[in-house]
Amino acid sequence: MIGTIGFLFPWLLLTLVALPILWIILRAVPPAPILRIFPGVTLLLGLKDEEQTSDRTPWWLLLLRMIALAALIIGLAGPVLNPHSDEIGRGPVLIVMDASWASAPDWSSRIALLDRVLDDAARADRTAALLSLSAPEQMTFQAATEVQSNIAGLAPQAWAPNINTETLATLLPEQGFDTIWVSDELNRETRDDFATLFSKKGALRVFAPEREAIALAPAQFEGGATLLKARRSVAGLTRSVQVEVHGTDPSGAARILASADITFDNGAKIAVQDISLPAELRARITHFAISGVRSAGAVTLSDDSLRRREVALIAGLEDREGLELLSPLHYLRQALQPNAELLEGNLIDILPASPDVVILADVATLAPAEEAELTEWVEAGGLLVRFAGSRLAASDVSRASEDTLMPVRLRAGGRTVGGAMSWGTPKGLAPFSEDSPFFGLAISADVNVSSQVMAQPDPTLAARVIAELSDGTPLVTRKSLGEGQVVLFHVTANTEWSSLPLSGLFVNMLDRLAISSFAGTPQEWDLDGSTWKPLRVMDGFGRILEADTLAGVAGEELLSAPLGPELQPGLYESAARKMARNVIAADTDLAEAVWPAGTDVQPLQTREETPLGGILLSLSLALLMLDIVASLAMSGRLRGAIAGIGTVLLFGLTPADAQQDSFALAASSELVLGHIITRDTAIDNTAEAGLRGLSQTLFNRTSIEPSDPIGVDLEADELAFFPLLYWPITQSQPTPSANAYAKLNEYLRSGGMILFDTRDADIARFGAASPNGRKLQTLAAPLDIPPLEPLPQDHVLTRTFYLLQDFPGRHTARDLWVEAAPKDAERIEGMPFRNLNDGVSPVVIGGNDWAAAWAMDRRGNAVFQIGRGFAGERQRELAYRFGVNLVMHVLTGNYKSDQVHVPALLDRLGQ
Amino acid sequence: MTDARALRLTAEAEASHLPHFLARAEQLAGTVLLGEHGRRRAGMGDDFWQYRLVQTGDSRRMIDWRRSARSDAEFVREREWQVAKSVMLWVDASASMQFKSADALPKKFDRARLIALTASILLIKGGERVGLSGTDLPPQRGRAQILRLAEHFTHNTDTDTDTDTDTDTEYGAPEARAMLPHARALFVSDFMGDVEAVKAALAKAADRGVRGVLMQVLDPAEESFPFHGRTIFESAGRSLRYETLKANDLKARYLDKLAQRKEELRHLCSVTGWQFATHHTDATAQTALLWLHRALERPV
Repeated sequence: MIGTIGFLFPWLLLTLVALPILWIILRAVPPAPILRIFPGVTLLLGLKDEEQTSDRTPWWLLLLRMIALAALIIGLAGPVLNPHSDEIGRGPVLIVMDASWASAPDWSSRIALLDRVLDDAARADRTAALLSLSAPEQMTFQAATEVQSNIAGLAPQAWAPNINTETLATLLPEQGFDTIWVSDELNRETRDDFATLFSKKGALRVFAPEREAIALAPAQFEGGATLLKARRSVAGLTRSVQVEVHGTDPSGAARILASADITFDNGAKIAVQDISLPAELRARITHFAISGVRSAGAVTLSDDSLRRREVALIAGLEDREGLELLSPLHYLRQALQPNAELLEGNLIDILPASPDVVILADVATLAPAEEAELTEWVEAGGLLVRFAGSRLAASDVSRASEDTLMPVRLRAGGRTVGGAMSWGTPKGLAPFSEDSPFFGLAISADVNVSSQVMAQPDPTLAARVIAELSDGTPLVTRKSLGEGQVVLFHVTANTEWSSLPLSGLFVNMLDRLAISSFAGTPQEWDLDGSTWKPLRVMDGFGRILEADTLAGVAGEELLSAPLGPELQPGLYESAARKMARNVIAADTDLAEAVWPAGTDVQPLQTREETPLGGILLSLSLALLMLDIVASLAMSGRLRGAIAGIGTVLLFGLTPADAQQDSFALAASSELVLGHIITRDTAIDNTAEAGLRGLSQTLFNRTSIEPSDPIGVDLEADELAFFPLLYWPITQSQPTPSANAYAKLNEYLRSGGMILFDTRDADIARFGAASPNGRKLQTLAAPLDIPPLEPLPQDHVLTRTFYLLQDFPGRHTARDLWVEAAPKDAERIEGMPFRNLNDGVSPVVIGGNDWAAAWAMDRRGNAVFQIGRGFAGERQRELAYRFGVNLVMHVLTGNYKSDQVHVPALLDRLGQ
Repeated sequence: MTDARALRLTAEAEASHLPHFLARAEQLAGTVLLGEHGRRRAGMGDDFWQYRLVQTGDSRRMIDWRRSARSDAEFVREREWQVAKSVMLWVDASASMQFKSADALPKKFDRARLIALTASILLIKGGERVGLSGTDLPPQRGRAQILRLAEHFTHNTDTDTDTDTDTDTEYGAPEARAMLPHARALFVSDFMGDVEAVKAALAKAADRGVRGVLMQVLDPAEESFPFHGRTIFESAGRSLRYETLKANDLKARYLDKLAQRKEELRHLCSVTGWQFATHHTDATAQTALLWLHRALERPV
């Protein structure tokens, strides 16, 4: 978007008037001619121009100049994009901030705005005061700089402003002031009243963000999936947000468990998405958050409503097959099914799945192993609920002494009231005492108990009873064991002994015991009388903090009271239950802020002031440069320049690829021998002449027909094209770069051969102290060279083409080093040679200066004198033969070595 | 004193030019001689000797005793080609000849005088008498004449020293005064000036039975007209101007006119029995010389 443009020196723009005049002046001036001396002018006299072009400056050139000039003038006038103008009024400035959770996402830009406003106020010597509507305090007007020093500490609150108009009016000072209201984007009923209030005192300017607020409603559990609902304040375009599911991993570290995209349809304010998560994962969820939005509204904490407790149901003997209604577990199943995961089976099998609750319905005795494991499980925090029954009543469990897994000792037999054979009527329930977890539950009159097991009177009994009958006998007892607890219902879990399992109270009692938990919103009656302790609370940015010392909250307030400093959004705990209070309730609607007509509303995101002068001046300069070129072109003087530039480009831009290509073509269209360029001209020339001589010899004598040799630059050239590289060693040659060594090693590994020539006749014997030998050692150190040995008499190099025993060059030293033969090479019976059947030596090292012996000029004459007389010529001939053998060896490999088997093969064939 | 010193300086400068110029001309002449050597027909050279019987009127000194001693008769040794011809040179040294279109090219005048001097060396070696048309340097033979010609040409090149007045004129007109009858003539110029002057000179020469060669020396730029855009063309002497807005449009018509001028000169030559050739300064002088050598050798 393009904002407004202002000028620092607007009066300069007046000079733009001069442009049309300049147009007329410039139009009449044709481009200057070139003066040329030309004797042939006599022939030209009398000729007429055919067309009168170029008489006047062409319009496009004029336009170019005009634009350049206009850009110059406008550039000098100092244009500024988005100039700031924050000044309002003259009196003290009151800065009002909503500071709600909806302000959190762009809090930094609010602070920046505040900073700027206060800067301006300080420059204008105005006093200022700060009022946060979410956390209102009595304010005083202070020096703007004083206020400015406080703004860094401001933070948005996690709730919406809930101050009413009267309270605000008492907070405002008597004298007049101008108000700057840094608001959020949400509508509230009080906005109009506040605006009127501020307007009475002086000017009012509102800064409100130009974006929609987005929030996440509490997640709900529905039909096996977790339902996420996001809301936004504006029914705008299609928008997709990502919701992250935060939780802990099994080791307890915070982690994002899952994420899902929620998409607002075009024009929709609500988006719904369900996520299906496994129960284990769901149990670990701590909160949901819209990713990328730092706001308490975008975070919703999860509580028990999402948890599905795992309850293990274990009955005693179930021998009455098919009698469902009489099953001890039937009513438990019915009560727990909607809200809990039920596990049924063998106790030993179930315990490793760590259920939250184990219910034993009329189970009297446990096997010792079961008992030990169950005890351990309870002590680790499990909740064991036992129901009595005929089996328990008949057994001796917890009779003489208290059983570990029973809260009380039992009297033998139990009792039956209200039956045909007894006096008295079935007993109802007594009201729950205040310290009972069931306190607050309504007791229905139709619940009566006809049979029960009786607790042995005991000093500890009174503390353990949490529900009793109207005659004072315990109905439900409880004791803690380790971290967990053991609860005993003194009646059966079916309707045999009481009508309790038939009533709604049964379900509520189970709920209070945190055996099951409600899906959906808890009702007030459910929370009556309970006190909830904050565990964790959220700040305005949606960060979750430990609640530390915050006071507890009454249950009914937790549910419906407006959020504020006393009731902060967060996770609350009461007994074993946890409940979250989120910023956004399930039914909170977000609406766009509506301001009273005539309010001065400014966007919050002020655009950066951008001076445009530099750009325009550069543009002007660029256009003038273009004008130079165009003028030159008009007067015909550009051709030389273009030719010059063209030449430069041609030389400068000759693509390296093309050079590479031509090199590759030259090296690969024919077989080419290569020598390494040593940067010593004499040596390089000798090497080239030598290889030329060798190539010529090969051409004449063998079927190898190489073309002219090529000097190879190790750093620049590709080596793969050359079967053989001749490398004369000189003292002065530079050590190749690491890159070149990499290429050399690659070359050697892929079957290339290098002939190293120390050219010193190997006078010091190989590798010892000759200077070239030392140089060779340093040069070859990084090379991947196998172990070497002096050339053995039966090496294949002695017979690849000619039969040779000496390899003279210009010198006649004997030693030639090649790759060592494998240790297990053996001479086969009757064979003249060992079976050296593998590979071509990647290096051949010697010092006979073969290039000099081979060297031949272009006419085929030998370049260097070798030896004396006929013996010398013989030596040169042997040198050529060595060269031929070498190239043959490179090209044919061990072919000749294979030939030694021919007699044996023929022999076997019976020839 | 200063005069002497100035004179000395000038002389040194002259001397430094002259041998170089001469040497180049000699060298060039040598190549032509060498090139023509093998093609020479027997009997045509000037080293042909003929013996004839002594006739009355021959002095005794003329008798070749060595030849006469081998027979009974007495012989006189004589050279066939006894009467040397005169060749008159005219090299246009006007301002227009000082033109060159590129640094790598010689001036038209440089090429013209090189051709003329080399031709005169060849001619003098061939025994001809060579001189300048007009009265400055009458035809003479001998090496000294080569030096004199060289000196003359060298003088005229130096526009700085301004010793001669020729460079002041815009376009040269052939000098046809004091022509020896039945002599040969070599006119080297660009012939860009008034064609009437050439016509008059040739008519005058034809009247006297003088045959010769017109050698037109042109710069390549004058042949190709490689100009573009708005241009003012000025003659070398700055007296003529021509302004155009689109020089490239003129090219075809200029070339037409140039061809017309050449045709006119060629026609003039064919009428008067002269020969005409065009030489470009970017070609080698040798090509011009070979042609010239044959043209001048042609029997009258």
